Amino acid sequence: MDVVSQLQRQFVDFTTSLYHEGFLDDQFTQLQKLQDESNPEFVAEVVSLFFEDSENLLNNLANALQQQIVDYKQVDAHVHQFKGSSSSIGAQRVKNVCAAFRNLCEGKNLDGCIRCLQQLKLEYSLVKSKLETLFRLEQQILAAGGTVPSMA
Amino acid sequence: MTFSGLSVVTLNLSRLILRTCRWVLAKMSLNCKHSGSNNGILLTSSKLKKAKEPLHGSNRVWKWRRLFLFLWLLGSMIVFFWIFSGLNDGALRRKDVTLDLCQDRDRILLEHFNVTKDQLQDLASSFYDSDQITSLKCTKKSGYEMSPSNIACALKVLCSEKHEFANHHGMVAESVEFQYQYPVRDENVLQNHDQTLLSDKSLSVSSDSKPSISSNDQNCEENVLKTRALGGSAKEQRDSFSFCLVKACWWAVLGIIISCIMPCLIKKFRENKKLKLFEQQPHTQQQLLQQQKQEQHAQRSSRSAGKWRMKLLIMFVISGILGSIWLFWHINEGIVFKRKETLTSMCDERARMLQDQFNVSMNHVHALAILVSTFHHGKQPTAIDQKTFGEYTKRTAFERPLTTGVAYALRVLQSEREQFEKEHGWTIKKMVTEDQSLIQDCDPEHLNPSPPQDEYAPVIFSQETVSHIVSIDMMSGKEDRENILRARASGKGVLTTPFNLLKLNHLGVVLTFAVYDTHLALDATPEQRINATVGYLGASYDVPSLVEKLLHQLASKQTIVVHVYDTTNKTKPIKMYGPKNVTDTGLLHISNLDFGDPARKHEMQCRFKQKPPPPWTAITASVGVLVITFLLGHIFYVAINRIAKVERDYVKMMELKHRAEAADVAKSQFLATVSHEIRTPMNGVLGMLQMLMDTDLDANQLDYAQTAHASGKDLVSLINEVLDQAKIESGRLELEAVPFDLRAVLDNVLSLFSNKSHAKGIELAVYVSDQIPSVVVGDPGRFRQIITNLVGNSIKFTNDKGHIFVSVHLADEVRLPLDVRDEVLRQSLVQDLLKNSYNTLSGFPVVDRWKSWKNFKKISGTDSLEETEMIKLLVTVEDTGVGIPLDAQARIFMPFMQADSSTSRNYGGTGIGLSISKRLVDLMGGEIGFVSEPGTGSSFSFTAVLRIGETSSLDTKQHHYDLSVSEFQGMKALVVDDKIIRAEVTRYHLQRLGITTDIALSMDSAFTCLSSNSNASLSSQLAMVLVDKDVWDMDTSLKVHRLLKEFRPNGRTEVPDSLPKIFLLATSITQTERIELKSTGLVDDVLMKPLRLSVLIFCFQEVLRIGKKRQPIRGKPSTLGTLLRNKRILVVDDNLVNRRVAEGALKKYGAIVTCVDSGKAALERLKPPHDFDACFMDLQMPEMDGFEATRKIRSLERKFNERIESGEASIEMFSNVAHWHTPILAMTADVIQANNEECMKCGMDDYVSKPFEEEQLYSAVARFFESG
Repeated sequence: MDVVSQLQRQFVDFTTSLYHEGFLDDQFTQLQKLQDESNPEFVAEVVSLFFEDSENLLNNLANALQQQIVDYKQVDAHVHQFKGSSSSIGAQRVKNVCAAFRNLCEGKNLDGCIRCLQQLKLEYSLVKSKLETLFRLEQQILAAGGTVPSMA
Repeated sequence: MTFSGLSVVTLNLSRLILRTCRWVLAKMSLNCKHSGSNNGILLTSSKLKKAKEPLHGSNRVWKWRRLFLFLWLLGSMIVFFWIFSGLNDGALRRKDVTLDLCQDRDRILLEHFNVTKDQLQDLASSFYDSDQITSLKCTKKSGYEMSPSNIACALKVLCSEKHEFANHHGMVAESVEFQYQYPVRDENVLQNHDQTLLSDKSLSVSSDSKPSISSNDQNCEENVLKTRALGGSAKEQRDSFSFCLVKACWWAVLGIIISCIMPCLIKKFRENKKLKLFEQQPHTQQQLLQQQKQEQHAQRSSRSAGKWRMKLLIMFVISGILGSIWLFWHINEGIVFKRKETLTSMCDERARMLQDQFNVSMNHVHALAILVSTFHHGKQPTAIDQKTFGEYTKRTAFERPLTTGVAYALRVLQSEREQFEKEHGWTIKKMVTEDQSLIQDCDPEHLNPSPPQDEYAPVIFSQETVSHIVSIDMMSGKEDRENILRARASGKGVLTTPFNLLKLNHLGVVLTFAVYDTHLALDATPEQRINATVGYLGASYDVPSLVEKLLHQLASKQTIVVHVYDTTNKTKPIKMYGPKNVTDTGLLHISNLDFGDPARKHEMQCRFKQKPPPPWTAITASVGVLVITFLLGHIFYVAINRIAKVERDYVKMMELKHRAEAADVAKSQFLATVSHEIRTPMNGVLGMLQMLMDTDLDANQLDYAQTAHASGKDLVSLINEVLDQAKIESGRLELEAVPFDLRAVLDNVLSLFSNKSHAKGIELAVYVSDQIPSVVVGDPGRFRQIITNLVGNSIKFTNDKGHIFVSVHLADEVRLPLDVRDEVLRQSLVQDLLKNSYNTLSGFPVVDRWKSWKNFKKISGTDSLEETEMIKLLVTVEDTGVGIPLDAQARIFMPFMQADSSTSRNYGGTGIGLSISKRLVDLMGGEIGFVSEPGTGSSFSFTAVLRIGETSSLDTKQHHYDLSVSEFQGMKALVVDDKIIRAEVTRYHLQRLGITTDIALSMDSAFTCLSSNSNASLSSQLAMVLVDKDVWDMDTSLKVHRLLKEFRPNGRTEVPDSLPKIFLLATSITQTERIELKSTGLVDDVLMKPLRLSVLIFCFQEVLRIGKKRQPIRGKPSTLGTLLRNKRILVVDDNLVNRRVAEGALKKYGAIVTCVDSGKAALERLKPPHDFDACFMDLQMPEMDGFEATRKIRSLERKFNERIESGEASIEMFSNVAHWHTPILAMTADVIQANNEECMKCGMDDYVSKPFEEEQLYSAVARFFESG
């Protein structure tokens, strides 16, 4: 029981820190709300979808920016996509970088774009690791027989 | 001729100048006005800056400038006149000179004539007694001297010349003529005398005189021609000069005109350009930039124009300077030329005269020689001795005024010397020095006798003045010897070189004539001549006195200096006459003199005594031109500077204007954005508060929460207002055109304010004229907003008493006040007649609403709406509030203005509502106005043009009511009310339910009415009695109640439902009163005012118990779950994550979600028939975005609907749907207004922000699923 409560506290702290540091926002809460008995794996499913999507997009972006003649329209579309998905799961910081990226795209600033892509990768990897940690914690709690505390 | 011609030219020119001046002045004044108006315009724009002083300043400047211009023109005119008069003076002076010359000539002629006459007379007197033939011979010989007829001829010629002048100089010419005619007549007499004397020889005389005449004639003619030529040339010169001036004037005028026109043209051109610029006035920033660029371009062009103008000005000034220099040069040249001319003519004149005079003298000497030949040698014994010779020569000395003396020397050969010396008693003496010939200042006695020579020429006769030379051998002097030799060889007079005369110390020449003893043929050889020579006659001429005398005779001798030179030896000319020291005055003229001796050459040099005076005419003229040029240049410079300044100012102002406009647009945009941004979180705040209030709270907490909620609502409404204002100001507000039920809208407004009116105890009522169609097309939201604003204001300013009455009529209804059919209107018309009791809704006095209508042009005007499906509504909101202070009434519609600053303290609000209302009314094509009396109340009216809508076009929401309405159709009601208007209002509401209404003004009349009609058939139809609380009193109501109860026993068998029900109409009634009234059974129910359809229906259904089978009233608003449960929803999004989230969210509310990832797939799925209830569409998708997909779906649906309508496809085939319209909601991350509008444009129904928020999703979805 001790283990469970400890894990639960850890979970709560971690989640709070995620919100606090701006990795996640309300939307993630909304997402969590959507998860119920009929759809127990909803958040994990969406997040894993996000990961897949993001990795594709990041690859595409890297490719697009390495072209001789950079198709900014294409880049912009990718970033838009990325922004949409990140805002859907509430990955706030990724979303913000995407917004900045789009501005640079508009200005056709190749250096800026490349820098932004690096930042985007960084943010993405950060949020990915955070979310993975979060899910691991969740799994641990569930494995320990406890319930995942609601953050709402 | 020339003078008059010149004066005519001058006159014309001056007239022209005057006209030009007038024109220029008119133009100037015009310009002044123009610029003045310009100033005005400029000033109006800058009035805010209170720059009134510059106006006066500029006006004064302009006045000064005008004065200055006038002065300038006057000055230039004077200068012109002055120049011309100067020219005329010159011409006159020249005339004078000519005249002088003429007179000189006349005088000389006269003298000659006199000389001849005197000579003849002398001769006659000397030889009167001697032989006639001899004398005749003598006359004949001297005939060529000067014939009288010759003189007459010359005179005549001159006179004829004079006649030409007589035309112009009547007076002068006359006197001159007189002078001339006198001698002519005289001479004629003389001639006659001569002719009688020489009757038989007259012919020969005349023939003899011919050559002389001709020569003289020629001379004269030459003179005449010369003078004519001179005059002609002068005239030509003058003409050409005046022509030049006229030309110059024309050029100047042309220049002025062009310079006047050019700026106008430039201005026009610029204005056109600017107009174009204005037309292209854009709104967006980019266009603004472009405009700025254009403006810069314009600025640049204007700057270049300024440069160009400056260049032109400089060119003008330079050309003016050059012109003035040229003018100076030209005039100066003329003057110099004239001077030269004068000098030439004067010099020639003098030379000729000298020559003539000398010749005359020479002729006399010649005559003397012949005389000696005739009387000394021709007669034996001689008729002449020294005494006779001396006397004769003395007496005829006047003839030879230039000779100092004459002497006759005999030719004595060596062989004859002794005899000669013996005869005369003296020896032939020799001259002392050889080079100084004739006269030695000594006694001849002291002279040495002449050494023996071949021949001698001892003087035997001499004039007394030179008597000392008698006996001196002339051949002994070198000069004289040469002279004598030459003279006898040629037979003509010969001259010596000039030398100093004895005694006189003057330079002189000696003239020698040979005397021949026999008559010689004209073509005799020199040999024959030498042989025939018997003696020599010599005369010494005193050249200086000769010239002096001549010059004395001539006028204007002071002006010139004359020199006479002997130039036989060209290298060493000998000066014969002239002052010693002469200053060089530049001009020099040399005339040749012919003294009849071809071996000797003489010339005359003339020069002016004084240096030429500075050419003032030229200087003044050129300076004048220069001054004019500079003045003009200055004026233009100032004008150009001014133009440039104005242009600069204009550009600056335009820039400022654009900046201000941009700032205004930016402000509005900012306001719109900020308001929108604030609204979103505010909704969250309000929603949360609402939720909070639903939770379990204690009284205090609830109160706090409610206060917070109310404040938030106020804030939101304020933000909405500001947003509206900003939207209207930035021109982004567009009115919808959807069909709506006007009465329902009004009911809504009333229900909105019912709480407030209840709290304040104000009666709130609405009345819509039955002329107004049930459905109109317009913007219900905005319409409602206006009325809400007005009613809200009224409620705000009405305290505890009276009413607020909203009435809607057709504008046409009030056009003819006497022809009003509407009862409410009629009542408001007659209320003035019944002053003591106010015939209003609540009985309180109100303002005359007709007054506010009178200001509406579109009502009072006769112009009716052209399209028949358009109607003009007239909405009036009347209250019995505090009214608007008179001084504040003017600015009531200005934004953020309130009657006074305390208003917002007392009543709250921003004062923006009325301004928005006014703008909205303007958008609806109407007018808004009001009448207000402080203390009585206000009445706001507005008109709005709406289209008549079809009843069927209204959406299904109304069906619910329609169903209820049909329940009450055909019922009868009795309204008991003492206020007719209020009763009418009640009747209006009942009529909407299809209930026919009677009105009783009091309980008593109602009672009598009821009792009189208490037969079964009537009472059974009477369904209800509505009694206003004002007329309610217990007694009568009891009576009525009893009366109604009486029906009951009668109809016990009947269904109790059929009994008339009694309703009490109350504005405010406490709960306890209500319960009490109900419990007593006196009334069946209490109807709370304001009356509205829904309340009436609800109440009637309750009481009449006919609504048993009606649907249960919807209690709480359904939640999302109930709304979305089992609905089939299509989610379209290319983003997997988003799709999944949306799916999850919708699934949570029970919807059945299908996902597709592209617009094309959505199109496939939504092709009718399908079973989706709604579609959530992402906007930004590759290939086919949300907008396009929606458009395609809509077009598919349209086609399908057409097919159904045309019956091609049966409705049953496709799940009984008659009209396909799948709700499509846009999912968008950034909720921008423009995006929203675009959504609507392409056929979407609404939009939800992504990610989903519950409230927003609900409100969006509710629109489609609630009614269904």
